[in-house]
Amino acid sequence: MEDYRLTNLRELEAEAIHIIREVAAEFENPVMLYSIGKDSSVMVRLAEKAFYPAKVPFPLMHIDSKWKFREMINFRDNYAAEKNWDLIVHYNKEGFEKGIGPFTHGSKVHTDVMKTQALLEGLSKYKFDAAFGGARRDEEKSRAKERIYSFRDQYHQWDPKNQRPELWDNYNARIHKGESIRVFPISNWTELDVWQYIRLEKITIVPLYFAKERPVVNQDGTLIYVDDERMPDELRKRAEMKMVRFRTLGCYPLTGAIESRADTLEKIVEEMMLAKVSERTTRVIDFDQEASMEQKKREGYF
Amino acid sequence: MTEDKNQLTNIQEFLDRDEKKDQLRFLTAGSVDDGKSTLIGRLLYDSKKLYEDQLDALKRDSVKEGHAGGEIDYALLLDGLKAEREQGITIDVAYRYFSTNKRKFIIADTPGHEQYTRNMITGGSTANLAIILLDATKGVITQTRRHTYLISLLGIKHVLLAVNKMDLVDYSQERFDSICADYRAFVTQLDIPDVDFIPISALNGDNVVDLSTRMPWYHGSSVLEFLENVHVSSDNNYADFRFPVQYVLRPDRDFRGFSGKISSGLIRKGDPVIALPSRKQSKVKSIITYEGELDKAHTPSGVTITLEDEIDISRGEMIVHPDNLPRTERHFEAMLVWMNEEALDLSTQFYIKHTTLVTRARIDKIRYRVDVNTLEKAEVELLKLNEIGRVIITTTKPLFFDPYRRNRQTGSFILIDPLTNNTVAVGMIIDKLDPKDLPSKITLETKQKIERGQGLIGKSEYIRRYNQKAGTLWLTGLHGSGKNDLAYSLEKTLFDIGATVVLIDGFTIRSGLSKELDFSPTDRTEHLRRVAHICKILNSQGIITICSFISPDEEIRLQVKEIIGADLFHLIYMESDLAFSKQNKPELYNLFDEGKISGLPGVDIPYEKPLDPAITCKPDGDNVELITSYLAKKKIFPAT
Repeated sequence: MEDYRLTNLRELEAEAIHIIREVAAEFENPVMLYSIGKDSSVMVRLAEKAFYPAKVPFPLMHIDSKWKFREMINFRDNYAAEKNWDLIVHYNKEGFEKGIGPFTHGSKVHTDVMKTQALLEGLSKYKFDAAFGGARRDEEKSRAKERIYSFRDQYHQWDPKNQRPELWDNYNARIHKGESIRVFPISNWTELDVWQYIRLEKITIVPLYFAKERPVVNQDGTLIYVDDERMPDELRKRAEMKMVRFRTLGCYPLTGAIESRADTLEKIVEEMMLAKVSERTTRVIDFDQEASMEQKKREGYF
Repeated sequence: MTEDKNQLTNIQEFLDRDEKKDQLRFLTAGSVDDGKSTLIGRLLYDSKKLYEDQLDALKRDSVKEGHAGGEIDYALLLDGLKAEREQGITIDVAYRYFSTNKRKFIIADTPGHEQYTRNMITGGSTANLAIILLDATKGVITQTRRHTYLISLLGIKHVLLAVNKMDLVDYSQERFDSICADYRAFVTQLDIPDVDFIPISALNGDNVVDLSTRMPWYHGSSVLEFLENVHVSSDNNYADFRFPVQYVLRPDRDFRGFSGKISSGLIRKGDPVIALPSRKQSKVKSIITYEGELDKAHTPSGVTITLEDEIDISRGEMIVHPDNLPRTERHFEAMLVWMNEEALDLSTQFYIKHTTLVTRARIDKIRYRVDVNTLEKAEVELLKLNEIGRVIITTTKPLFFDPYRRNRQTGSFILIDPLTNNTVAVGMIIDKLDPKDLPSKITLETKQKIERGQGLIGKSEYIRRYNQKAGTLWLTGLHGSGKNDLAYSLEKTLFDIGATVVLIDGFTIRSGLSKELDFSPTDRTEHLRRVAHICKILNSQGIITICSFISPDEEIRLQVKEIIGADLFHLIYMESDLAFSKQNKPELYNLFDEGKISGLPGVDIPYEKPLDPAITCKPDGDNVELITSYLAKKKIFPAT
């Protein structure tokens, strides 16, 4: 008998497409959160596949902390134009006008005001009742138990004691007015799956993922990329050119670069498989406080 | 430079091979005491090491990291579910991932103690295989049986019994064999086709990743080898094509595509298909994906199908092959797992989500509750958190389903509370109701409770007043056989000669009393049950009823007879063939031919001739005369 089994990647893809279509069919006003990172690029491809040959029936929203790497912003704008997608860029105007930034206010305040608050503002402003995110269960320990449909109350808060049972591929989409869900279609993907898929599907990603000579400052063991003039002078003076790349992309002083010579996808995968540090250790944000991700999730950040 | 090139080719080869591997989702059941965390920790950690070792040869400047000089506490590698429990966070299942170069594995790890039923059902719903951990010093215990029962309920076809702590029983083959024998004896009661046994010591790593030298008597594979090689592709149902429509794509006026995930089976371009519930037929024009059109597609792929004909199909409907239909029913039996803190309230009208269809559902009856520890059945009034019961469910719209054991996708559903919107229960459909359990029979139990109180007028007083004995003249026959015309003529004749009669026909009842019912077998039965009860009331008050209904099968007619009472029920068969009936009343038959209706007795569903009618009429016979003389002879009318 012919073996009809799908490969791991195609099975993950089918699962994600199913989830994306379910949400589009059952919610009134979904949105796909777009972080510009590689997982977002994968999500965009999956959404295009789900509705091909029709246009994707929901917009993308980027929460701009105003501290993204410039290469990311360029990539975002070209990408949306090329794909002809509706792209909403939202930022916390009040925070921006007050000059909230990671150098002046620290990573905790910056993340809260420019990311968490901005996200909640954006979701409320457009009355989105479902928001796709690219989080994966293997990324971080507290996510291992996360649902695919993660229920949020009218204040966008996540109540770990009140999550719905989730079985088969049967998702409960019933919510009251004002409530919403966050949806994670690539929950079951590992980092390797994401890279493999990018390779298989020839998906374009931000060049920052590839190693290149870049000016960086070593700040307590984290390599900070000197991206623009907002970096304080005393740091900038210490900048040196190094062959570096980024394993994850966040706000520029918060996400550290790693020294690497991996300038192709294959080399990145090889490097990743040999690396002993997990992906998020290069994000300063997680070390702020004990169980920080859990706490941020309750507050409404992913 | 050349070295660099080799490097690249090799990693590319590795990735090319790696992207072809498949996926296995499995559940682990057992408690921490059984060494479950240690086993999982070892699988995750040791396999990662193995996986990376393949790359060792490729490494340019490989950084050697000491893998565990001393003892590693593998359990510590998993994050602290315990800590979360202390915070009051309910963890029903945590997912873990690992890979070898053959497969990617997704582990659904469920805490063994509290809420085990809810947790295991949740974690196991997507698993193909379950590893049950058992302590060799304890053998098969209640918990082992409970886990096994839940696994069989979920329809998981492969179980690996990992007999752990072999080090504590001196790696004894005898002990291992006796545990396997105990387990085999138990598992035969349940529906699990494939059971394997491996003796292990998770702590020492015996037979987990590598085969142990301490058990030379064991000739099987290690746990990891087993997981890499177990054949699960035949678990998928490739026989029955089921395509619940998820989303309708209409990018422009010329294109109408039906998107969805193939729940089971496969579909080829050009295949004839039928849409449910409309029963409109067409052919597959194209199978569309982002990569291009396909000649065929199979489960669980997500595709978009276009059809040759313009057929209106919406989300919640299903596309299938016309020669392989799912059940289309509003009444069915299911195993229900109650997952809510508040107990099941039988008066609630739930939302049911089944494939892509959402409709309302009520639970008519709890047949019994299963004790997951003893498998004993008990009659209960309600189901509480973590309890499992066999129930009868009625839905507002019909579901298109297959029994769960044949099809996990189209045989499962969730129930949603209409007020809280929580998922309160999940179910696995056993099958449609046995005819003897159809709604007409369900209510028989309550019959005594609703029996009419004693009237002040006796039966003989009615007979004297009307000069007739009550009864029901039940006319059966094909649509268009002429039974309605006969019924009206008969009513007129009997009225003229002084009888007191009431005529009831299908059109009248369906336009009012049975308005919400359709022509499916179960609804047809419910419709006739109502008619039978009207006759019963009228007959009990001395009146003769004339009923004209196709009533196509013997089973239905017998039920009607039972409700009315055998002595009051007179079955009259209007015998005419299909050709005559079509010619006599072509409208419905034409609609059928145009594909606009279905469920027409004698055409696409059977009409069973009555086995023992009181009178048989022919279209050209003097039927009114035949019946009135029958009534006279039986002293029904006139009674004197």
